[in-house]
Amino acid sequence: MFELLGIAPQALFGQLLLGLINGSFYAMLSLGLAVIFGLLNIINFAHGAQYMAGAFVAWMLLTYLGIPYWGALVLSPLLVGAAGIVIERLMIARLYHLDHLYGLLLTFGLALIIQGLFRNSYGISGLPYTIPTEFQGGQNLGFMFLPNYRAWVVVASVIVCFGTWFMIEKTRLGAYLRAATENPTMVGAFGINVPRLITLTYGFGVALAAFAGVLAAPIYSVNPNMGADLIIVVFAVVVIGGMGSILGAILTGFGLGLIEGLTKVFYPEGSAVVIFVIMAIVLMVKPAGLFGRTA
Amino acid sequence: MTDQTLERTGTATGERSMGMPRHHLVIFAGLLMFFLVAPFFLYPVFLMKVLCFALFACAFNLLLGYGGLLSFGHAAYFGGAAYVSAHAAKAWGVTPELSVLLGTGSAALLGLVIGLLAIRRQGIYFAMVTLAFAQMVFFFALQAPFTGGEDGIQAVPRNMLFGIFDIAQDRVFYFFVLAIVFGGLLILYRIIHSPFGQVLKAIRENEPRSISLGYQVNRYKLAVFVMSAALAGTAGATKALVFQLASLTDVHWTMSGEVVLMALIGGMHTVFGPIVGAAVIVTMQNYFAGFGAWVTVLQGTIFVIAVLLFREGVLGVIGRWLKKPM
Repeated sequence: MFELLGIAPQALFGQLLLGLINGSFYAMLSLGLAVIFGLLNIINFAHGAQYMAGAFVAWMLLTYLGIPYWGALVLSPLLVGAAGIVIERLMIARLYHLDHLYGLLLTFGLALIIQGLFRNSYGISGLPYTIPTEFQGGQNLGFMFLPNYRAWVVVASVIVCFGTWFMIEKTRLGAYLRAATENPTMVGAFGINVPRLITLTYGFGVALAAFAGVLAAPIYSVNPNMGADLIIVVFAVVVIGGMGSILGAILTGFGLGLIEGLTKVFYPEGSAVVIFVIMAIVLMVKPAGLFGRTA
Repeated sequence: MTDQTLERTGTATGERSMGMPRHHLVIFAGLLMFFLVAPFFLYPVFLMKVLCFALFACAFNLLLGYGGLLSFGHAAYFGGAAYVSAHAAKAWGVTPELSVLLGTGSAALLGLVIGLLAIRRQGIYFAMVTLAFAQMVFFFALQAPFTGGEDGIQAVPRNMLFGIFDIAQDRVFYFFVLAIVFGGLLILYRIIHSPFGQVLKAIRENEPRSISLGYQVNRYKLAVFVMSAALAGTAGATKALVFQLASLTDVHWTMSGEVVLMALIGGMHTVFGPIVGAAVIVTMQNYFAGFGAWVTVLQGTIFVIAVLLFREGVLGVIGRWLKKPM
């Protein structure tokens, strides 16, 4: 079969793996955007910058404090998430009574500030972050070589995505959250502190982005611009999936990553734009998105 | 953007001459006077940059301030037209006025295609869709054979105007740019204050009600999207001839962000606000060019402050003080 297509199986599976890795990041980031959007009704433009900040904090923890990968995987999301909570309290909370577009503009400004500050301090050439020793090397699967760390990234992202889905759909806290999405006033009347729920949700979404950043640090070099271009693709993923469903965001993320990987094999020139082309098609056929509710 | 729409049409103030409220006429005349005299005191290329971005910001604001549609991908039309105009002037030796026209036409066409898809979604989805398509245009500019990749199209010639007049000198070319930009601004002014513009405002304020009144809302949205894209293209095409360069900076998403910032700090619900915003941002970039990424930080900070404390913009506030819509 591979001979018929004229593609070496190593190339095909290698690109599929890369696609799966990209898909993991699309899924985690679009999930965070969807969670934030669900409750706050804003699009968090700073999501890419916070993903980048997650990677940088991991690098700083290692370089300045000698805290290894596993510590960073926990600490970095906590730190960046805490910063997100401060931002929400000080700034975003003042905009809830206004048009949602102001939230987009505000977080865009924040993204510029965060990126600019990191670029000033660390330049744009990128900093290396070594793969933790537990995950060095790889497995030979016969048809392809699977680096251990990349396998871990996919596994970790599946766990995080599923965990988030479980928390929102199956637990009591998630039920409050979903209720507050539908009708915040009513939920507040039942004695639940909705503003605090909103703050924590934003912090959680930001922490999710930072977690993805730590996972990405050993794969891509740690670079102030690493989130900026990624976030635009993630926006397209969100438009394709629609933000109505958590599971939808996850599936769309992984699916589009795989499709992008396949495009790299069969039509490399188109791989940069394939997701945007799919977005155009989805807008024509099903404007609300694959999993979206019609507005 | 339904937040504090102070802006009303000029008809309320009563005093009108040449079809516009007197203070608007005064502003137009003042601007024209300033820009006619300015090149004798200030660096013409800097002034031309201000003019091009003023038109770009006003064209963008037609969509945001009057159509209520936040496009986060206007760099696509600005930069796309810059590439077309630069390529036409360099490879085909086309005259400047034709280059600008070709740029405008191609931006209008691009706006039609993207607009048809983008108006299917509202609000923040609209912003994300326009941004994503603009990124697609960016990748096209990066890879297409005639755009020169990372280098862009350099050393674009300023050909003879109408094939007869030599306008290559900065001081002469300045007046060509001034004519184009003022023409564009007058067209925008006319669109905003036409019956079409009134319907646009109605749609912005209350879309379901406009539909129930029998307006084909999507046609209006598409029309204003194409007009805005076309005039953004005019600005980009002119800019390519001014700097004799079309590059990836023109189509990058940071350019889309900059034009949003210009409209925001100048005043989204004002006619002249984006001109002020463009002048402020271009001047800032000019004087802080040596500080590298601090310019980005400064722009981000202005964004945050403007959104939190200063949503009306400079001319919005002045207009409120004077009780005259700007």
